[in-house]
Amino acid sequence: MNSKRTGEKVIYWLMRGITYLVVVFIAYILIDILIHGLPAISWEFITGDPEKSGAEGGIFPAILGTLFLVIGTIVVALPLGMFSAIYLTEYARQSKFTQTIRMAIVTLAGVPSIVFGLFGLGLFVVALDFGASILAGSLTLACMILPTIIVASEEALKAVPKYMREGSLALGATKWETIYKNVLPYALPGMLTGAILGIGRAAGETAPILLTAAAFFLPELPSSVYDQVMALPYHLYILATQHPEAQKILPMQYGTALVLLFLVIGLNFVAIILRIKVRKKYKW
Amino acid sequence: MNKQRLKAKIIKYFLQSCGSLSIIIVLLIFLFLFKEAFPFIGSPGIGELFHNIWNPVSFQKEEFGLVPLITGSVLVTILATVIAIPFGIIGAVYISEVASAKEREFLKPFIEILAGIPSVVLGFFGLIVIAPFIKDLFGLNTGLTALTGAVLLAFMAIPTIMSISEDAIKSVPAAYKEASLALGASKLETIWKVVVPAALSGIVASVMLGMGRVVGETMTVMMVTGNAPVISMNPFTSVRTMTATIAAEMGEVTIGSDHYMALFWVGIVLMLMTFSLNLISYRVLKKYGMIDK
Repeated sequence: MNSKRTGEKVIYWLMRGITYLVVVFIAYILIDILIHGLPAISWEFITGDPEKSGAEGGIFPAILGTLFLVIGTIVVALPLGMFSAIYLTEYARQSKFTQTIRMAIVTLAGVPSIVFGLFGLGLFVVALDFGASILAGSLTLACMILPTIIVASEEALKAVPKYMREGSLALGATKWETIYKNVLPYALPGMLTGAILGIGRAAGETAPILLTAAAFFLPELPSSVYDQVMALPYHLYILATQHPEAQKILPMQYGTALVLLFLVIGLNFVAIILRIKVRKKYKW
Repeated sequence: MNKQRLKAKIIKYFLQSCGSLSIIIVLLIFLFLFKEAFPFIGSPGIGELFHNIWNPVSFQKEEFGLVPLITGSVLVTILATVIAIPFGIIGAVYISEVASAKEREFLKPFIEILAGIPSVVLGFFGLIVIAPFIKDLFGLNTGLTALTGAVLLAFMAIPTIMSISEDAIKSVPAAYKEASLALGASKLETIWKVVVPAALSGIVASVMLGMGRVVGETMTVMMVTGNAPVISMNPFTSVRTMTATIAAEMGEVTIGSDHYMALFWVGIVLMLMTFSLNLISYRVLKKYGMIDK
């Protein structure tokens, strides 16, 4: 009996060890990039232009480019995703059509990012003739993050209890008035959580914008949505793999990686905090 | 009154069209992949795709055989899955059945971070840290191998496998556990002989979803697998995956050329692979009531 107990203890510890190995790996990535990236970060690095094809100077145009892409993405994806979620939770009944929509959302969530790139290239860049541009890149990314936003918005809507709707309907409000005035305000923070998660994903993706929007170096900042942009993830990719002196410019690479990581994880973190706050605030 | 009804109808149809947008996008994706790839069938001919050599830029004869790219993707995916499975499943069991509530509150969001790390950052880390490590460990000429890519991709699949397996484990009825414990089985025996088998279909689905993520991953593999389009099942050689091929070559092709069309065929194969993996796991998860119907 006792040897069985010790045997079980050993197995528990093994399981714990395996789980924490993953934790250690994550911590190692974060710490490695933080330690090597921090010395590269300076005011000039954040606000300056790249010099000598990225070997010196800063990454400001890449930060700005990523910002433009992300804003374009969210402006398109957030309203569409929200409306789509409102339809699914408030209007749709169990039907073949609804099931097909759900199937499509799952499919969309599983499409590889590079296939979104091909799709964006075929539709937005070539067929609609937007060229490689902020517009084409944002629309491609918007398609990619749509499922994230729909799923999060649906969850937020479902969390609003039924009696909120029934009370309003009983007082004579129409269905839309009920949704607009009595459901949406309470679901909005939860929907924003999804939006932020989507932004985080859009900011970090490289493959879709590789084919639809990104350029490694541009002498001027973009002036319209039809211009190409530099972007943080693409900048890091080029510096790390295509640069003739890749080994020598490690600090620049680490600095860019840190800024990108900070941006993406920061956004995820904000989303998590928001989610916890919302849950605490609205306890039905 | 009639005006109001009209308004309600308009709103409904507007929302409905937004709702069907996902279907439209999926259809458009298939449509445009095929549209761009289609002329390839006439010339140089669809048979070209089944050849064993991928050499799209050549003065003598261009070769568009997809076989080495498919084997590259398959090799990396299988390796990554094999590495990810023990971590993902044991981690899920540990978090849901063994860890204390406090531990769980720390572990879950921390592992979520892994899912949030941009693939280009993971690839960069792999290039600088993991590749030299693997090179030294196995005494290789280069650290840019299928194995290096697989190790990194495994860590991308782990959060997916863990969180969905955990849901599957949680949805096992408590009565199963109680019955097992009442019959005198220890907690550990209950976990591995009752809970895990009961959750097995969900766990399998989680692994398939993880595989879907791995097959479609682009930047990390492009940066660390060496990109040699050769047919090989040796983890210590450089390989080139389908995703990396598209990403690396699409920038340099003329729109509408044979090479351009061939890359869209790569995209079609890729899309079909991930689509079927996702479809099967979706069916399994739906059957066991783990997602909305």
